Amino acid sequence: MEITAIYYLLPALIMFCCGVYGFITRKNMIAMLVSLELMLNAVDINFVVFNRFLYPEQTEGMFFTLFAIAIAAAETALAIAIIINIFRAVRNIDVRSLNEMKF
Amino acid sequence: MESVGSIILYFIVALSMIVFSAMAVTTRKILRAATYLLFTLFAGAVVYFMLDYEFLGAVQIAVYAGGIVVLFVFAILLTSRPGDNSERLTSKSRVLGAVAAIATLVITGYALISRVSVALAPKPEMQALDMQQLGSTLMGTGDGQYLLPFEAVSVLLLACIIGGVVVARKR
Repeated sequence: MEITAIYYLLPALIMFCCGVYGFITRKNMIAMLVSLELMLNAVDINFVVFNRFLYPEQTEGMFFTLFAIAIAAAETALAIAIIINIFRAVRNIDVRSLNEMKF
Repeated sequence: MESVGSIILYFIVALSMIVFSAMAVTTRKILRAATYLLFTLFAGAVVYFMLDYEFLGAVQIAVYAGGIVVLFVFAILLTSRPGDNSERLTSKSRVLGAVAAIATLVITGYALISRVSVALAPKPEMQALDMQQLGSTLMGTGDGQYLLPFEAVSVLLLACIIGGVVVARKR
């Protein structure tokens, strides 16, 4: 059996769909952030797989993933700072209880 | 033709990726969702190792598993009591989420299947990227080199540190 690109793309696709489902159904903001990380990770895997299977002599996909991981780390840190700040003001992190912009 | 060991490893990784990502979005305990996310990220790192990008796999483990998941666990323990269950989903939001997910699956899966000849090409030979080549690609200004994005990411991280302190400080 030969493991080709589609064997990596299909699990990544299912992972992305799980992320979409979780992002829509979850009410807790941290759980939404977890779903977002799932989607980001699926896209990263796609970049690397296309780089490896279609253009193995180039490195664009790998470096794009490297920068995406760095930006995802920054984005998560900032989002969690915002979530903790919201928790101080409202005492919970349910998205439905956030209906005003300024406290 | 792959060896039997790498085929077995592939199936373990693909299965754990699918199962743990499904569990991460359906479990009702938020701390468990973070743990399942960690397992999914580990499976992603193994995929990078299997595709001969060792540096990327190491970065994935160090940044995601070492940094982001720890941050998630801290935030969860700060904002909710352990043992809390999230409330049951209404059928409306569940149907909405399932429709969006299945629509994504069908559209993207159709695009993938319609170009299946590209996706069925065998894995070409690649000489593994050595550290010297990687460093000069990150630090060079020539064609296909990434000094400017590298510096932009460093400024972004600085802005993120300052922003995090400003947003989360006590007033």
